[in-house]
Amino acid sequence: MGRMQLETGKTLDGFLIGEKIHQGGMAEIWDVSRPDVDVPLVMKIPLILDGDDPTMIVGFEQEQMILPRLSGPHVPKIFALGDFSIQPYIVMEKLEGDSLLPRFKSAPLPIDEVIDIGARVATGLASLHRQDVVHLDLKPSNIMFRPKNADGTGGDAVFIDFGLSRHLKLPDLLAEEFRVPMGTAPYIAPEQVLKLREEPRSDLFALGVLLYTLATGERPFGNPKHTTKALLRRLYEAPTPPRHIRKDIPAFLQEIILRCLEVRPERRHPTAEQLAFELRHPEQVGLTERASREKTHWLKNMLAGRFRAGDKAPISRLETYRHAATAPILMVAVDLSSEGVPLADPLRELAGRLLATAPDARLACVNVLKTAVIGIDQLTDADGTSLHVKRLVELKDWAAGMRLPPDRVTFHVLEGSDPAEVMNTFAVNNHVDHMIIGARGSGGVRRYLGSVSTALVAQSSCSVTVVRAKHHHDDGEDAE
Amino acid sequence: MRLALLADIHANREAFEAVLARLATQRIDRVVLLGDIVGYGPDPEFCTEKAAELVDKGALAVIGNHDAAIDGDSSDMNARARAAIDFTRNRLGAEHRTFLAGLDDTATEGEAFFVHASARAPRSWEYVTGRPQAERSIRACPTRLSIVGHVHSPHLWRLNTAGVATGHVPVAGMEIPLAKSQVWLAVMGAVGQPRDGNPAAAYGILDLARGTLLFERAPYDHFTTARKVREAGLPHELADRLGRGR
Repeated sequence: MGRMQLETGKTLDGFLIGEKIHQGGMAEIWDVSRPDVDVPLVMKIPLILDGDDPTMIVGFEQEQMILPRLSGPHVPKIFALGDFSIQPYIVMEKLEGDSLLPRFKSAPLPIDEVIDIGARVATGLASLHRQDVVHLDLKPSNIMFRPKNADGTGGDAVFIDFGLSRHLKLPDLLAEEFRVPMGTAPYIAPEQVLKLREEPRSDLFALGVLLYTLATGERPFGNPKHTTKALLRRLYEAPTPPRHIRKDIPAFLQEIILRCLEVRPERRHPTAEQLAFELRHPEQVGLTERASREKTHWLKNMLAGRFRAGDKAPISRLETYRHAATAPILMVAVDLSSEGVPLADPLRELAGRLLATAPDARLACVNVLKTAVIGIDQLTDADGTSLHVKRLVELKDWAAGMRLPPDRVTFHVLEGSDPAEVMNTFAVNNHVDHMIIGARGSGGVRRYLGSVSTALVAQSSCSVTVVRAKHHHDDGEDAE
Repeated sequence: MRLALLADIHANREAFEAVLARLATQRIDRVVLLGDIVGYGPDPEFCTEKAAELVDKGALAVIGNHDAAIDGDSSDMNARARAAIDFTRNRLGAEHRTFLAGLDDTATEGEAFFVHASARAPRSWEYVTGRPQAERSIRACPTRLSIVGHVHSPHLWRLNTAGVATGHVPVAGMEIPLAKSQVWLAVMGAVGQPRDGNPAAAYGILDLARGTLLFERAPYDHFTTARKVREAGLPHELADRLGRGR
């Protein structure tokens, strides 16, 4: 393998080498530029010394294989790859600012900030997982953020260092390459300790460790030595519930964090999308025993294990990952007016059928409180009861007959002057996979004036099913 | 240099033509036929003539066990395969038989090495169906990349830096970069008799300049082929399996 000495001022494959800006244990990062590229670039170069551990080369090849296949705001944009026969490198967009590491070091952080970081990271993970990539080395130094815009948008989490990552549809070059589990000791998921590298929910475990530490200032499983034996303890020992360490951690956050830290991947959130959804809608998190768990007794814990009765081994074989296909977020648009009554049954029926076929799907019931386009909105009625609360009660009543467990259904009263636009914005922000809406009729007037369902279908970026009440063809104006 | 990889055509004209039609739209510099042009299928003359025509135009071709059995020994084959060989022998003329018997055991293009079954003793027709067979073939291969057929089910093996072979079931349409630190062995699926549960013809595209391998599928009219198998008096099981891809 050729060796090159990178030097400031030299050129490599058309890239002018600038200053070295980072020297890590595995790689160096250099500022570089090319006349035809007008964004700041960096070149990442693996540190490969003669006779060195070949796994370092393999990790860099894995990163070269995976990064160019990823797109979107959550990964750095790739500009060039250097061949191993001359000088291996990756040229990518330079991300401004620091990683999460300096902020992480000042944990515990304010609760709102912990939740905000969690939601942004979970959204980023959802994007990776949708592209068939599992990061497998999520930690503060590998997370950066794009700048936030003045209007509050932006601020996307960006993941760096895909040297231990796995693309689920490509060969895993790292399989059987290492004797000890790969990753960073505090963050490694139990199944990674057992060398399973195909589970997207391993990233949710790491995010749980991160949120736990950001919220409490302590690590859930300490900072063990990097040996299989030391790492295996997390399969048997439950972490101290975060609220035991910090009293002002809300119950819902403890629920979310401890769910992320479940030993069995199938007990964690089915997808990163659903985790992000919960972090964005704290009031909608279904609380279980996790939320109220108090200090864990180490002996009781050891005796009982972290497994429920009947579990012979902690993880023998992974259940297949519930891909977005089986764990979608469904949204049903609910019309609470009298016109919506004939549509209620068909809507609930369809929603129920969709939920039955996708065991990890969740349903968001949405109603829009229409506000005036101009002028001050009167959102409190004469009795002083909030119209908003009243709608929420009605919405819950609407869905009550479906008898859904609390962790599968959420309720949202949205406000705006254009219902279709409000619902579409909600769907985009919450990564809704499928919207269901009723159409009140297909009569002439509505066809010309336009309906909410028509507008929703036209604007939507996800699948939409329009439900109609069954009617007979001799129904007057509907007859064609 | 972009190479089209076609293994186990097995006298299936419809599948062969479907793959060639696909290749016409995919920039290809050279075709590589990985053996078993005949056997099992109803159209041995057409497939042999088409193969000879491709070889005339620069295609590489290696011999498969069914090709070798036409003018050789078929006693170690199972009853169905032997019935097909007897059928094929009667259909082929002297010219066809000369072409098939004259195929080389192995071929090379750049760092790619081609053999029908296994690089370890090509004429022993060992199936690369598991780790030990993969390791044996890889160790016997003179280059870091070998391409075989014979198994009828696509699989990508590699020997990692620790000398252990691990397998990957390729996803059709996903271009795989063949990392330089690894030694690779690609088992191509069959054009004419897939056995991985997908009836579509399997083939591949190897891009030597970019160091990538693409496993592809081309659907074809297997109903017609199955009908021809039955009409030819070949064992019905050979017709039925085309629709199942098993």
